[in-house]
Amino acid sequence: MATKVFEWPRYLKKAVFHYCPGCGHSIIHRLVAEVIDELGIGERCIGVPPAGCAVLAYNYFDVDMGEAPHGRGAAVATGIKRVLPDRIVFTYQGDGDIAAIGTAETIHAANRGENVTVIFVNNGVYGMTGGQMAPTTLIGQNSTTTPGGRDIRRDGAPLNLSEMLGIANGSAYIERTAVSSPKTIRHTKKALTKAFKVQMAGLGFSLVEILSPCPTNWKLSPVDAVKWVDESMTRYFPLKVIKDLAPDLK
Amino acid sequence: MNDKMLMRGSHVIGEAAVRAGCRFYAGYPITPQNELTEYMAGAMARLEDGTFIQAESELAAVNMVIGAAMAGARAMTSSSSPGVSLKQEGISYLAAQELPAVIVNTMRGGPGLGNIAPSQGDYFQATRGGGHGDYRTIVLAPASGQELADITRKAFDYADTYRTPVMILGDGMIGQMMEPVVFPEPLDLKKLPPKPWILDGAKGRPSRIIRSLLLDVSVEEDQNWKLVRKYEQITREIPAAEKYLTDDARLVVVAYGTAARIAKGAIKRMRDIGLKVGLLRPITLWPFPNRILVEMSRWVRHFLVYEMSTGQMVEDVRLGLEGRSQVHFYGRPGGVVSTPEELSKVINTLYHRQNLQEE
Ligand SMILES: Cc1ncc(C[n+]2csc(CCOP(=O)(O)OP(=O)(O)O)c2C)c(N)n1
Ligand code: SF4
Repeated sequence: MATKVFEWPRYLKKAVFHYCPGCGHSIIHRLVAEVIDELGIGERCIGVPPAGCAVLAYNYFDVDMGEAPHGRGAAVATGIKRVLPDRIVFTYQGDGDIAAIGTAETIHAANRGENVTVIFVNNGVYGMTGGQMAPTTLIGQNSTTTPGGRDIRRDGAPLNLSEMLGIANGSAYIERTAVSSPKTIRHTKKALTKAFKVQMAGLGFSLVEILSPCPTNWKLSPVDAVKWVDESMTRYFPLKVIKDLAPDLK
Repeated sequence: MNDKMLMRGSHVIGEAAVRAGCRFYAGYPITPQNELTEYMAGAMARLEDGTFIQAESELAAVNMVIGAAMAGARAMTSSSSPGVSLKQEGISYLAAQELPAVIVNTMRGGPGLGNIAPSQGDYFQATRGGGHGDYRTIVLAPASGQELADITRKAFDYADTYRTPVMILGDGMIGQMMEPVVFPEPLDLKKLPPKPWILDGAKGRPSRIIRSLLLDVSVEEDQNWKLVRKYEQITREIPAAEKYLTDDARLVVVAYGTAARIAKGAIKRMRDIGLKVGLLRPITLWPFPNRILVEMSRWVRHFLVYEMSTGQMVEDVRLGLEGRSQVHFYGRPGGVVSTPEELSKVINTLYHRQNLQEE
């Protein structure tokens, strides 16, 4: 008798993704849906999609979804979670969304220890608006608004938001992972599982930063894009556990 | 607890909000409305199911309210002029996402940082949208302690009924004034109509989406027309105004909120010396009570709009009358509050210049 080894995740709608070929959002969506399914929280999950390429996340996740204005995901999630403390609330945000316009909301939600989970997709650019510089754009990296490459004196250095959030008193679990290889993808799923478990245990703010390729705006092939994640991005944004107040929770 | 109480205006809003079932408040300090934020901090702490958050900004506060409204709570935020400018992003989203919420603006002198004195300079911002896009906000303008209590209850009901943000537009004077007030009985939250659209986890039902991104222009157009039909319904159902000595009036002063209180004082003086002057006080600023204005124009040839601004509501009065009567304006901006004596002189001069005295 045949055993099923792979199937469509229960909490992913049967819709065709609008993401570009080789985009990390597609992989991350699938991982999040699998984790929601495996943790059995799909019927009490409320997701907050961002402004950014993942703005249409509500077309893909088959859980309750409430859209936030650009960057305000952490504030909207705070409102939902405080009213319904026994639900599982997550935001899904890009680097422009969370680390530029939404920095204040994010840092303060973390500092208050809001018991929500943030999925922070770092692709080093503003994808949706056409590849402008993001706070996470690397030094020397070309973008449409840093045509000669990011210049530290003019544009500042890449922002290590996750490290900043690690300092915040109310953050419980913060890890940086990537979706550049089967190994990092498997590890990202583990980190997402843990982030949700931290919320389920009521331990406070949890966040997984995921380094993710944007082949379209990096002007690289999907294969070169994942290579670039591993070789360039991880030098500024090392893959590591940044904070973990529950090392025994797996 | 239905006795008469002497209370500060800002506290009245807070107490009335709690009795109206408000269980979520997020705000950010700004004078002259801190008393309301502080009141909500205490009131929410006393409730088992209440949430108070001192947000990191007005932007964060209104976005927290968006989340709370999505989750089904009666939610409120408050601020004063510069802070309400920041809330406009959220107000546009609330309108677009058809989420109920109450926003209190205790206006102060502006533009910019201005001052903390009572003003009416935010009328345009309140009634014309303020945020981006094609939407309207219900705007209620109380003028007394008792009305604050009643209007706050109404604000929450309107917000839920029409699934739209509602603004209570006051100023520092109304917020600080101590007046006797009788509160309505607290609402039983269990008896509020169900909200079959909220996000509370898709247990036993299909998942739901609350959004405002409608990339297909025809879908966005349909949504905009749907909102228009809702706004038309609101315009039919809720316009309200107070009429004071208008039945035989030859000159009617149009003023709202604090300005209307001052105008009433001036009108009493004018009546004492035999001038037939009355007051029309819009209570809903949007929808503007046009019908009452037009009706009145059958016998009132002159309206004097008095505002604590350089002239904003006067445009609605002109639009409402469509040339049926003459519209005059008197106002002082920047947080200056005219005295009834000053306004009396203006009325008296206008009355005689237009030969409205008895032949
Ligand atoms: C207030 C506001 N400012 C700007 C925008 C335009 N905008 C939409 S998405 C976006 C950046 C998204 O970049 P990121 O968060 O990195 O996500 P990605 O598209 O790369 O996944 C911007 C600037 C907006 N929607 N709202
Ligand atoms: S632009 Fe970049 S982030 Fe956006 S869908 Fe395409 S590859 Fe993904």
